[in-house]
Amino acid sequence: MAKSNSFNTNGNAYTIIYASVMVIIVAFLLAFVASALKPTQDANVVNDVKNQILTSLNIESTDVAADFDKYVKDMLIQDGELVEYTGDFKTSYSEELKAGNLHLFVAKLDDGTTKYVVPMVGRGLWGGLWGYVALDEDFQTVYGTYFSHESETAGLGALIAERKFQTSFIGKKVFADDPKTVALTVTKSGKAEGDNQVDGVTGATLTSKGVAEMVTTGLQKYVEAYQPASATETVDESELPALEDYENIENINEVTE
Amino acid sequence: MSLFSKENGAVFTGPLNLNNPIAVQVLGICSALAVTSQLKPAIVMGLSVTVITAFSNVIISLIRKTIPNRIRIIVQLVVVAALVTIVSNILKAYVYDVSVQLSVYVGLIITNCILMGRLEAFALQNGPWESFLDGIANGLGYAIILVIVGFVRELLGSGTLFGLTIIPSSVLMENGGLYLHNGMMTMPAMALIILACVIWAHRSINKEK
Repeated sequence: MAKSNSFNTNGNAYTIIYASVMVIIVAFLLAFVASALKPTQDANVVNDVKNQILTSLNIESTDVAADFDKYVKDMLIQDGELVEYTGDFKTSYSEELKAGNLHLFVAKLDDGTTKYVVPMVGRGLWGGLWGYVALDEDFQTVYGTYFSHESETAGLGALIAERKFQTSFIGKKVFADDPKTVALTVTKSGKAEGDNQVDGVTGATLTSKGVAEMVTTGLQKYVEAYQPASATETVDESELPALEDYENIENINEVTE
Repeated sequence: MSLFSKENGAVFTGPLNLNNPIAVQVLGICSALAVTSQLKPAIVMGLSVTVITAFSNVIISLIRKTIPNRIRIIVQLVVVAALVTIVSNILKAYVYDVSVQLSVYVGLIITNCILMGRLEAFALQNGPWESFLDGIANGLGYAIILVIVGFVRELLGSGTLFGLTIIPSSVLMENGGLYLHNGMMTMPAMALIILACVIWAHRSINKEK
């Protein structure tokens, strides 16, 4: 290469200095961009999670933050009692889970009815799944759902994130005969029968299975931990979970950690 | 040399057709598999690659006389990675929906062979403006192929385009019709086969050249 400039661009010293200076400049640049945009990005994530919860309540929102504050209350299930969660809104519920508490979102809708939104996580074919299932006051009828995924196959498993699949849960029942065991599940496409089964996605058997597993175990955990007063009217006192069940719930939490 | 001279015109139109990065140079087919099962991500991916190829070409072209020869690949990689990281951060902050849809694919742009190939073959020898044109043209050449493959895969694989149903559900077998979606089309392997068909067509049209 002809020496067109005064440096010898092939010398060792030049190469090392060039590399060091370049890395430092790029590092500062990236650090600056990342920290400058962080608050906006975090706000986006919080907004997105709130929107997911609203979607599970079948609310199409244009002002997510305001609608969320208007309808939804972030609560905790603590030793079978519902208490208000006072911390900042979190996009992951694992922190309270470590303390043995479960997040439950309680919504008061415009028509005066109360809905309970249960958050859940699971595993699909290629990666994580998560979702929200909104239940009616009786803690038994599905009011709405929201599901999403990390990396399911586009056009197949990814269809669980579409409203068509999510709305097919509406009106389904959580329990069959036994009011303590969750019976709500997802079957193979076209095989769903009765009040407890929902059709899976065609061609995405493993993703559908993942959703079924997530919904069943996710709801089971909540049903064992908490029954709202409105649900006990239909459930016998003796059929509520006994004290030792709560200990088991803590164990379940440790396993899922 | 004027900005829109004949030479620059050739720089721009070459990659769109006779020197297409995918169909002729067979570069960057890895990501062509990943994002083409639907049309919309294919288009967004094509545009993102266009923007990043153009700007990394310009940056490398500006500093090309100072780059030590022995670490030039590393320098190129650092520039590309920094650009992709910045773009991905901006997407997350201002168009969150799009960034959720593209998820990991934005990061995958770093490994796209077209970028490194153009930096190495063009930007290191040419001025910033020519490099910019070359980047835009190569990105668009890549985008065209992605859109063709995405169109075929989404239409035959799930009967939709941009998520809108094109093939009515009444003709489906499960509803008593005679038509069945080709589930194979949603698999990555079919992208290669469609790609091969596109290359075949492209080469037989341009046989003499």
